[in-house]
Amino acid sequence: MATDIQKVSLSGRKRDVSNKDMSFMERLYLPAIAKGMGITLRHFFKPKVTIQYPAQKREFSPVFRGRHILMRDEKGAERCTACGLCALACPAEAITMTAAERVKGEENLYREEKYASVYEINMLRCIFCGLCEEACPKEAIFLTEDMVSSDYRRDGFIYGKDKLVMPLEDKAH
Amino acid sequence: MGIQFGIILVVFAITMFVALYSTFAERKVAAYMQDRPGPNRAGYGGILQPLADGLKMFTKEDFIPDTKNKFLFILGPGLFIVTALMTSAVIPWGQTMHFFDRAVVLQATDIDVALLFIFGMVSFGVYGIMIGGWASDNKFSLLGAVRASSQMISYEVAMGLSIIAVIMLTGTLSLRNIAEQQHGFMDWSWTVFGHKFAYPSWIVFKQPLAFIIFLICAFAETNRTPFDLPECEAELVGGYHTEYSSMKLGFYLFAEYINMFISSTVIAVIFFGGYNYPGMDWVNHTFTSAMGNIGANLAVLVGVGVLFAKIVFFIFFYMWVRWTVPRFRYDQLMNLGWKILIPLSILNIVLTGGAILLTK
Repeated sequence: MATDIQKVSLSGRKRDVSNKDMSFMERLYLPAIAKGMGITLRHFFKPKVTIQYPAQKREFSPVFRGRHILMRDEKGAERCTACGLCALACPAEAITMTAAERVKGEENLYREEKYASVYEINMLRCIFCGLCEEACPKEAIFLTEDMVSSDYRRDGFIYGKDKLVMPLEDKAH
Repeated sequence: MGIQFGIILVVFAITMFVALYSTFAERKVAAYMQDRPGPNRAGYGGILQPLADGLKMFTKEDFIPDTKNKFLFILGPGLFIVTALMTSAVIPWGQTMHFFDRAVVLQATDIDVALLFIFGMVSFGVYGIMIGGWASDNKFSLLGAVRASSQMISYEVAMGLSIIAVIMLTGTLSLRNIAEQQHGFMDWSWTVFGHKFAYPSWIVFKQPLAFIIFLICAFAETNRTPFDLPECEAELVGGYHTEYSSMKLGFYLFAEYINMFISSTVIAVIFFGGYNYPGMDWVNHTFTSAMGNIGANLAVLVGVGVLFAKIVFFIFFYMWVRWTVPRFRYDQLMNLGWKILIPLSILNIVLTGGAILLTK
């Protein structure tokens, strides 16, 4: 029965290996080399697959998850209430925040009474899974199509509110 | 004398130009065969890339290792490039041109032992590698140099033997004479057993086995893949030029491309009729009857163009093979050289001799 097991091929691509001597044509090698050169010549005339990056950009898939953005509402106030659900949902523990209470006169800055005075995402920890986006009850955090840009220093990858909050000019998607 | 000097200068310039753009072509061919676009930033389509590469080579730090043989270290690349360049002296680039009452032979020098000269120069080239590798005082360099010299010596035997069959057929060592014997494309008076019939006059059709052996040996002589063991990156870092930098390294790499150009030329001249092409007599006749002397010179230039087309094809062939065939193992290389190519070329000599004897 052992031989039957050896014949099983789960992938359907198993080939029997034989140690039989090569035929004269095979031993000549030149036909095989000619065949290989045919393949390379075919590739010579094939269209090139390279995307020449700075000039050309590859289109992202519609579900691409890039760096985060903290949304503002239609009046330009931050939506985040520092509930901490995103930090809880985060499997990589990349999100930290400090909550603060809104004082009088800041109604145009923050939508609700509580807001995040510090909101940091460590982009080196983040795995861009999008769970923070799913956990957020206030539709405050989203993953955009932008890439996280490179940096020379590790602390440059800890994005605070200065980088995360949506700029005032293009409020409310 | 003045004209010969001029031809030498022109040939030198052309050799340099072809070698320069071979480096570019190599990168482009490699890229295209791997579905990449290749270097395309410098100039239109990357056409200025060789100049950028050269500039880079010149401005790099010229490092000389702490070796006892500084003189030999510097001599190595110089010797290599000089021997590579000298081979082009005996190549017949075209037929004779006529300016007023002066006949200009498109060849630097037409010596009657041109083939011997080429073989001598090619085997001299191994000194450049050997000296450079030895003077580097580095085990990788030394191993690369030893490999290069043993490989070149082994393959020169088979190469010389394969050429002997050609010499038996043509009865001459002069490259001009060999080229003239392949005039046109069809040989209408090829005589076998007293019967005349037409047969291609190019030697590749008469000596296919010699051509294949010569081609394989030419790959080994120029240290090109699949026989590039002297600079086998995976085993020997950079091979014999591990310790070289700046333009000394540039000389080694450049000389390799010159060797490629020259061996392509030699293959084209010996086996593929050199400047001859089908219908050259008709072209010569029409041009001459239309424009007289100028037309005749133009017809000669067409022949030179044809020769260069053949050379370009063979340079492309070198690159094509390089990006197709993987590198041999060293024992496979020696087996192929000594146990297969040399017996085959001896067999070819015997067969050729028999055929000549029978058809005489």
